Amino acid sequence: MASTLVIPGWEKHRPKPNKDGSPWWARTFRITRVRIASQVFFFSLFVFLLWCTWFSRLRGYPVSLFLEVDPLVGVATALSTHTVYRWLWRGLFVLVPTLLLGRAFCNWMCPYGTLHQFVGWVFNIWTNKNNIDRNRYRPAYQIKYLILGVFLVMAALGSLQIGLLDPICLLVRTFTTAIAPASDLAHLNLAAALRERLGMDPQPLIFLSSAPGAPEQRIFRGAWFVGLLIVGLVGMNLVVPRFFCRVLCPLGAFLGVLARFAPFRIKRDLTKCTDCNACLRRCEGASDPQAALRKSECFVCFNCIDDCPEDALSFGLGPIEFKDFIVGSPRKGAATLFGRPVISKIPETVKAAPAVPRRRWAFAVVGGVLAYPFLRLSAAVNKRGFSAKAIRPPGSVEESEFLERCIKCDQCIRVCPTNVLQPSTLAEGGLEGLWTPVMNFSVGFCQLNCTLCSEVCPTGAIQKTSLARKLGVGQHASQGPISVGTAFFDRGRCLPWAMETPCVVCEEVCPVTPKAIGTYEETITRWDGTKVTLKKPYMRPELCIGCGLCEHECPVLDSPAVYVTAIGETRSQDRSLLLETSRKSKEKT
Amino acid sequence: MDEAEHARLSRRQVLRQVSGVAAGAAAAGVLAWRLHDLTGERGKPPRPEISLPPGGYAVERSTVLPALGVATGQSVAALVKGAVDAVGGMGRFVRHGDVVVIKPNVAFERAAALGATTNPEVLRALVMLVRDAGAREVRVADNPIESPEACFVRSGVQRAAVEAGATVYLPSPRDFRTLAVPGATWIARWPFFHRPFLGATKVIGVSPVKDHNLCRASMTTKNWYGLLGGRRNQFHQDIHGIIADLALMMRPTLVLLDATRVLFRSGPTGGSLSDVRPGNTVVASTDSLAADAFGWHELLERRGEPLPAYFEKSAARGLGNPDWKAQHVKRVQVG
Repeated sequence: MASTLVIPGWEKHRPKPNKDGSPWWARTFRITRVRIASQVFFFSLFVFLLWCTWFSRLRGYPVSLFLEVDPLVGVATALSTHTVYRWLWRGLFVLVPTLLLGRAFCNWMCPYGTLHQFVGWVFNIWTNKNNIDRNRYRPAYQIKYLILGVFLVMAALGSLQIGLLDPICLLVRTFTTAIAPASDLAHLNLAAALRERLGMDPQPLIFLSSAPGAPEQRIFRGAWFVGLLIVGLVGMNLVVPRFFCRVLCPLGAFLGVLARFAPFRIKRDLTKCTDCNACLRRCEGASDPQAALRKSECFVCFNCIDDCPEDALSFGLGPIEFKDFIVGSPRKGAATLFGRPVISKIPETVKAAPAVPRRRWAFAVVGGVLAYPFLRLSAAVNKRGFSAKAIRPPGSVEESEFLERCIKCDQCIRVCPTNVLQPSTLAEGGLEGLWTPVMNFSVGFCQLNCTLCSEVCPTGAIQKTSLARKLGVGQHASQGPISVGTAFFDRGRCLPWAMETPCVVCEEVCPVTPKAIGTYEETITRWDGTKVTLKKPYMRPELCIGCGLCEHECPVLDSPAVYVTAIGETRSQDRSLLLETSRKSKEKT
Repeated sequence: MDEAEHARLSRRQVLRQVSGVAAGAAAAGVLAWRLHDLTGERGKPPRPEISLPPGGYAVERSTVLPALGVATGQSVAALVKGAVDAVGGMGRFVRHGDVVVIKPNVAFERAAALGATTNPEVLRALVMLVRDAGAREVRVADNPIESPEACFVRSGVQRAAVEAGATVYLPSPRDFRTLAVPGATWIARWPFFHRPFLGATKVIGVSPVKDHNLCRASMTTKNWYGLLGGRRNQFHQDIHGIIADLALMMRPTLVLLDATRVLFRSGPTGGSLSDVRPGNTVVASTDSLAADAFGWHELLERRGEPLPAYFEKSAARGLGNPDWKAQHVKRVQVG
C-alpha cells in the first residue's frame, strides 16, 4: 500500500501530450530551451573567467578565452600584424561553425548578445502585433557592415580599432572599469553591515568582491563614460530590440558576411507558410524569416520555428532556392511546387549576402583609408608630440606596434593588482589610444615582481614576459631590466629641497637594488633657528625602471615632487633618454 | 448650473482629501523639525574613535625573569622556542582561550631570503607555539606598502601562517578606524587597521632586523607602522617622533626580533642577497626598546654608533629601557 505514492490531484495536472502526438516533454526540451541553456552557460563562463582574472584566482584558467575565440580579434590583428598571436587561432572555434551554421554565435554564445536579449525580454511591454513590426528588417541594419569595413581597412593599414565596438572587448572593458568596481562597493558595504550590525563573519561573501585583498576600492578613469555607454546601449533594446547586435556590432557583421556561405539555414516551406508573420514576433536578428531569409542577419535563435503555427519553418541544409521550381504564380494563388500547392505568396526563401550595396562598401573602404591618417597623424600617438603620461605596461611593444595590437579589452587593467593600469582617456592617447592601458601612479604603481598583464593580454600588445626578463636577471642580465619610463624630481615641490622638511619616502620605497634614488645629506639652520639634517634626493636614471612607487608614495599627493614620464622606456629607441640605454637597445635588435 | 451641482464634491470626499493633505503636510513638518540642523554640524558623518585597552596587551611584569631572551643556532623552530622559553615560555604570555594578533613585517613584495620581511619559518614556529599555549584564535595581520596580497604571497608569510593554523587579515577599505592615542605627538588620532583587533586579547610583534634609509634601523618598534593606514607617507617628516608615538600606541604582550637574516644595508627594501647576512638569532622580550637596542649593537653590529633618536624619545616616555646591557639577558644556544 505504501509502495505506490499517490499525490492527490496528480491525474488532473499530468502534462498532456502535444497536439501532433509527440510526448509532453518534447515541448519542454525543445531547441530554444537548449539555446537558453547554452546562453546561460556561456554567460556564466564569461563572468566566471572575468572573476578569475585576479591574482589569487588565476590558477591557470584561460581567462582571456572569450577574447581569443572572437574571430574578429584574430582576423583584425592578422591584418594589422600579419601574425596570429599565441591563442588567437582559437577564433577558428567560432569561425568554422559560423561557416556551417550561420551567426549562431550571436544567440548561442555571445555574452553581450545574451545580455541584450535578456534585457529586451524583461522590459518588453509591447503587444504581439507591435513586436512583429519591431522585428522587421530595417535598412539601418547595414550600418554594422560599414563599421566593420572601416575597422578592417584601418586594421590593414595598421590601426586596430575594432575594440571600440567589438562586443567581447566592450563587455570585458565594461566589466573591468564599471561593473566590477560597483560589485566591490556593494560587497564592502554588505560585509561591513554584516560585521558591524549583525556581528556575523562576512568572509563567505568574499566571492562578491572582484578584487579580494585589494587594500582600497578600485577606481578607473572614465568609468562614468563606460558605464553610461553600456546603460545606453543596453537600454536601446527598449526602443529597437537587439539594437547593438543589429545595428552596430562589427563582430556580428563579420559573422554575417561569413554566414552567406553557411549550408545550414532556417528553411520556409512554401506549401505550408500562410504569410501570417507570427515568426517575426520574437525574431532576434530581424532576418525576415517570413519572406526571403536574410542569412547574414539570422542569429539562429530558433524562435521563429517555435512560433510558427503551421510548422512551416525548420532548420537544415538549404543550399538552393526553390523559387525556380515553382510552377505558376504564387501571387495569384495557383502555383505548385513539386506537385503540392504553394500557399505562401512570397516565393523567395533566402537572401544570402548582407544587403549592402556595393557603393556603400566602397564608401566604407574610403572611410577606413581616410580614418587611418586622421587618427595616426594626431600628435598624441607619434614619435614626436607623444604624451608624457602615455606610460605603457612592462612588456608592451613599441607604440606603433602597440596600436596594431591593442584591442582595448582592458584585461590587463582588470588583472593589475595595484590598480595602476588605467584606461587611457583622449588626453593621453587621442581617439586612437582611447581605453588602451596606461599607468597612473597617483592610483597605483607597477609591482616589481608582477607580470600578470603580460600573461592575460590576448593579442601580444603586452608580450608575454617572464619575470627574469622584466627584472633583467639570469639569462636576461645583459639586456637589463625593462623600464617603462623615468622618474624626475620637481625640486620646487620636494619637501627636503624646497621646504626644509625631512622626507625621502621615495628613497625608502624604491624597489630596485641598488636604489635608483640617492640622497645628498645637508645640515641647515631652518627659518626658526632649529638645526635640521636633510637628505635631499636625486635620481640615478640608469637604475630607474619607472615603476612609479616613489611617485605613488610621495606625500605631495596632487602633483608629486617625484613623477614618472614615458621617456626612457625600454620598448622604444625613439624615446630613450640615456646614451647607455640607447646603445643597449640597439645591440638587442 | 445643474451640471455644476452634480459635479460638486461630496462632503465625504472633501473631508478625505483635506485630511489627507493635512496629514501629509504635518508629516513633512515633523520630518523637517526632526532633521533640522541649524549649524550644519549634525549633517557631518560621524567619526567614531576607538582606543586600545588601557595598559595595552602587556602581561604583568616579572622581576625575576630575564628581560631579553637571546637564542642562537641553526634550527628556526628551536630558535623561536628557545628565545621565548628564556623569558618565561609561551605559557607566561598566552593563556587558554586567548585571541592573539601576530604582527609580522610584510611591508614589501620580496622573497623571504632577501630579508626585507619576517622569515615565514619564524612566523610558523611562533604561531605553533601560540596555538600550543592554548590560544583560541591566531590572527596574522599587516598593512604592507606594496600590494598586500602579493606581499603576503611572495614573502611566504601567507602560506606559513595558514599552514600553521592562523587566519590572515589583509587590509580592505573598511578595516580602518580612527584610533585615539592619548599623549602622542603626531598620531593622537590616526586611521588604525582595527579589524584584526576586534576581540583580541594578546598582541605579539615579530619583525626582521633591517637597515633603514631614514631612521637607520627598522626593528620591533618601527614594525607597528604596519598597523596604521591613512597618509603614512607624512611620517618621514619626523620619523623618530613617529616611532616614539608607535611605541606609545602599542604596548604588546611580547616582541620577537627575527634575526635569522639581517638586512644590513639598502634597507628597508633590500632586494639583493648581498645586502643580507645570516644572523642565526631570535630575540624575545617584553621590552621592545631593549630588544631593538640589542639588535642595533649585536645584530646590525653598529656597536660604536649612538642609538637612533627614537630610542631616547621612547625611553623618555617610560616605554622601555634601551640599556639592555644593564638588564638580565639570557643567552641560549640551540640546535
